[in-house]
Amino acid sequence: MIESPSGFWGPVAWIIIAVVASLVGYYIWSRGEKTHKKGVQSEEFLMANPRLTEEKVHVRAHNVYWGFFEGLKKYYDPTVKAHTGIINDYIIWFVALTAITAIILLVVGVR
Amino acid sequence: MTPLIGRASGKARDILVVASLAFVAFLVIILARDIYPNGLHLYTLGALSPDLTIPEGHVVPVRIILEVDSMSIFMAIITATVSLAAAIYSLSFMKEETGQNRFYTLLLLLAAGMFGMELTGDLFNLFVFLEIASIAGAALTAFRTRFADAAEGGLKYIVISSVAALMVLFAIGIFYAQYNLLNIGALAHVMQYTMLDKIALVLLVIAFVMKLAGVPLHMWCPDTYSVAPASITIMLVAASYACLYALFRTCFTLYGISPDMVTVGWIVIISGMLTMFVGVTMAVFQTDIKRLMAYHCISQTGYMLLGVGVGLAVLGNPEALATYGREAMSGGIFHIINNAMYKGLLFLTAGALFYRVGHRDLNRMGGLGHKMKLTSIFFIIGALAISGVPPFNGFASKFMIYESVYQFNPILSVIAMLVSLITLASFTKAFQSAFTGPQLPAYKDVKEAPRSMLVGMGILATVIIFFSIFPGLIVHHIVDPATNALIDQAAYVNGIMGGIP
Repeated sequence: MIESPSGFWGPVAWIIIAVVASLVGYYIWSRGEKTHKKGVQSEEFLMANPRLTEEKVHVRAHNVYWGFFEGLKKYYDPTVKAHTGIINDYIIWFVALTAITAIILLVVGVR
Repeated sequence: MTPLIGRASGKARDILVVASLAFVAFLVIILARDIYPNGLHLYTLGALSPDLTIPEGHVVPVRIILEVDSMSIFMAIITATVSLAAAIYSLSFMKEETGQNRFYTLLLLLAAGMFGMELTGDLFNLFVFLEIASIAGAALTAFRTRFADAAEGGLKYIVISSVAALMVLFAIGIFYAQYNLLNIGALAHVMQYTMLDKIALVLLVIAFVMKLAGVPLHMWCPDTYSVAPASITIMLVAASYACLYALFRTCFTLYGISPDMVTVGWIVIISGMLTMFVGVTMAVFQTDIKRLMAYHCISQTGYMLLGVGVGLAVLGNPEALATYGREAMSGGIFHIINNAMYKGLLFLTAGALFYRVGHRDLNRMGGLGHKMKLTSIFFIIGALAISGVPPFNGFASKFMIYESVYQFNPILSVIAMLVSLITLASFTKAFQSAFTGPQLPAYKDVKEAPRSMLVGMGILATVIIFFSIFPGLIVHHIVDPATNALIDQAAYVNGIMGGIP
C-alpha cells in the first residue's frame, strides 16, 4: 500500500474486482449457445450490399481520431511543422534553449 | 572476450553475453541488499584500501572513486534488468543479422557505459562513461545498415550526444579551473555558486535535458528510437534515464540546497510539463508504431521531471518538502523504474510486430491479435500500465505524482491527468490498428514471436505485474531510500570528505 498526503493506494481491491469480473464474464460466456458451429452461419447482411473485404472492414490508423486532429489543427500544424527531421534545426533549438536558460538563471541567479 | 569466443561459436557467445548480464544483475542485487540497510559504498580505484578516498598527504580526493548510494543502485537495478531482457530478446531478433560479434560487444559496452554513469562519484568519469554509452548507442542504432534510416538515426544520435558531451566537458573544465577538483562530493563541498558555476549549471542541465529528450530538445528521439533494433531501443531508453540520473545528481548533490534553487526547480517543472504535453500530443498523431512509442517515451519523462522538479523547487522549504515534496520526488523516481519496464515491454512488442510483418506502419497492420496472442497480451499489459490504469504500476507512480503535485500547484496535476487520458487514447489507437479487426489476407501466414523474444517480453511483464501487486514494497524498500539519498547531500559529501560514512 502507498500512502499519499491525502489518501492511500492499495491494488488488492482492484485485483479482487478484476478476478470477480472475469469469473462473471466466464460464467456468462459458458452459458452461451452450445450448438453454435464456426463457419456454418450465414454471412453478414448489410442492407443487401455485397460483403466488404477484410481490408475495407478494418479501420486504419490514419482514420482514428480524425476529428480530434481537425479540431486541434491550429495546434498541430505548427507543432508538426517544427519537427523538421533536420539535425541542424535540433542544434538551433539547443543553442536557443541554452541561451534562454542562461538568461533566466543569470538574471534571477542561483543565489 | 565476446568477439573472440564468437569467432569459435555463436552459441557460446550468446551464452557468455546472457550469463554475463545475469551475473551482473545478481551482483547488483547483492550490492543493493547491502546498501539499503547500511548506506553508501565507496570504492577508490588504485588505493591501498577501497574506502581510502583521500590519500595521505592530500586534502582532497585525487583518484577515481565509485560512490554508490541508494539512488545510484536504484538506477543500476533498472539498467541490469533492461540489459538482461534486451540481450535475451536479441538472441532471436538479431538471429538473421550479420556481424553479431560486434553487436553483442557493443551491447555490453552500452551496458557498461550506463552502469559507469550511475555508479561513479567522479564528474570526469561520468563524462567518459557518457561518451562510451553514446558511441555504443549510435553504433547499435545504425547497426542494420541495410536500412537507410538506421544510418540516419545513428548519425543524429551521435551528433546530439557529442554536442551534449562537449557541454558537459566544458562545465567540468569550468569546475576544474576554479576548484582543481573533479569529484562530485568534493566539488559540492567547496561550491561557491560563482557566475562561472551558474554557467556550468546551465550547460549541464541543458546537455542532460537534450540527452533525456526533454522538449524542445526531443526531436532526435523518435528519429533514433524508431529505427534502432527493438532490443537496443529499450537500452537507449535506459541510457536516457542514466542521463536523467546525472541531471538529478547535478541539481541535488552537486549544487544542493540554495534559496534560489526554486528557479532551477521551476525550469525542470516547466520542461517536464512541456515534455509530457508535446510528447503525448505528437504520439497520438503518429502512424508508425515505434515513433508513436518514442513520443510516449518523451511524454513519460515529463512525469519524472515534474515529480522531481517539485521536490527541487521546495528543497529549501523543509515544511513543504515533508508535506508533499518528498512524495512528489518518490513518485517521479518510482515512475523511472516503472517506465523503464513497461516502455521496454512496449518497444519489444513493437519489435515483435516488425519481426513478423516487416514494417512499422500501423496503417498497413490489422488483425494480428489472431496469430500473435501472447504479444497482444504483453502489449495490453504495457499499454494499460503506461496509461496509468489501475491497478497497474503506472497508476501507482502517477497517483503519487498527482496527489503531491496538486498541493504544490493544482493546474500542473490536472494537466498531468489529461496527458494520461491522451496516452490511453493513443494506445487504444495502436492496439485497434495492429491487433484487432479481421485477419488480413496479407498476414495469414504470420506466426507468434519466437520463444526468446517472448522470454524477453515475459521478464518485463512479470516485473510490471509484481510492481503492480506490491507497489508499497517497491516504494518503501527501493524508491524512498533513493529519494532520501538524493535529498541528503551531506551524506554523499561526507562519504568522500569524511572517509567512511
